Amino acid sequence: MTEATILSWLDEVKDPEIPVVSLVDLGVIRRVQIAPDGHVSVWMTPTFSGCPAMDYMRRDVERVLREHGVANHTVSMSLEEAWSSNDVTERGRQALREFRLSPPPPHQGIIDLDILEYAECPHCGSHNTELRSPFGPTLCRALHYCLDCRQGFEQFKPV
Amino acid sequence: MIDPKKDLLYRLADDQLILGHRNSEWNGLGPILEEDIAFSSMAQDKLGHALQLYSLLHELGEAEPDTVAFTRNAGQFHCCQLVELPIGDYAFSLMRHFLFDHAELLRFEALTASSYEPLAQVARKLKGELKYHVLHANTWIRQLGTSTDEAIEKLQAALDLTLPYALALFEKTEAEPAIIAEGIFIGEDALRQQWLENISRVLSQTALELPDVTTISPVEGGRHGVHTEFLQPLLDEMAEVFRLDPTADW
Repeated sequence: MTEATILSWLDEVKDPEIPVVSLVDLGVIRRVQIAPDGHVSVWMTPTFSGCPAMDYMRRDVERVLREHGVANHTVSMSLEEAWSSNDVTERGRQALREFRLSPPPPHQGIIDLDILEYAECPHCGSHNTELRSPFGPTLCRALHYCLDCRQGFEQFKPV
Repeated sequence: MIDPKKDLLYRLADDQLILGHRNSEWNGLGPILEEDIAFSSMAQDKLGHALQLYSLLHELGEAEPDTVAFTRNAGQFHCCQLVELPIGDYAFSLMRHFLFDHAELLRFEALTASSYEPLAQVARKLKGELKYHVLHANTWIRQLGTSTDEAIEKLQAALDLTLPYALALFEKTEAEPAIIAEGIFIGEDALRQQWLENISRVLSQTALELPDVTTISPVEGGRHGVHTEFLQPLLDEMAEVFRLDPTADW
């Protein structure tokens, strides 16, 4: 058992509200460590601090570890290195597009109005879109509208 | 004397919890669907922020977050009175949200440099989320503050009513000198100055007029446990289920 093996197991754990993206691709699994005595530690970090799915995700990670025979483990939440939407992997972004959820635009650490208002339409790929509301059905989603294909869509918010 | 870190954390956390609860009262009642969702989402964010801050208090030796949130009475709360006022009409809630979240964003931006590293970590997380709150408030204040006479009149009345309470966001406690000296926070006076500049800039793009703040007495007391008649009923309602069985496992 190596840290890479554990990460591959954790790839089974999906975001309960976006069941196509794994926690690894979402960037919420921060670090996996195996101590000399075999104790496995997993550090996670929340996407949004009020996200009600985080507790669920943590329990899911514990379940997967148990199912793979790792009885001796600690799964903790940490803000040491806060989550940024830049942490979503390219594979995760592709999965979001296929789920018709616009991926968060990459940024340089400064989220200005240009970044917040920018979104790529997951239906037709157009960038001719507008922000309708910074709040959507979950904390991590904003509501946008495509001026080309005339459909509303949701975006995973840049943070 | 109370630990300056705890003093600051209680004020921050209680503001978040109480305004979060007030925001949640718009759930199902928003003037349009998007606003219903927006106030409900901000409620959820604020409860998440409160949890992070109560968790820091727990690390400093205070009781569990749920115990701290649900078992104290009004006199033990350190929120400002602005956050406990009933939701009123949409203009009132929007104006309160605008005035409060501008201060909140600046506060947590400043706290990212706090010498108290666990709080600086939480602040780095929260400031990204608060940007959406400020963006939301600015959008609607600009939109409605330049629209019909009725909208402008309602917002102006809401601004005149909330401003004396909003100025008490910056009420200081006895721990203020220690908080500044230890590098925990830049202090309320510095924050108030930046806040005035920011809200003035947005209001100047509307038909609304910011009253002369030098002539207004802030409605203080909240930071010292002095509250309006509206806080205790809110707490009773918020904790009603919890108090039925505090040991229940949800």
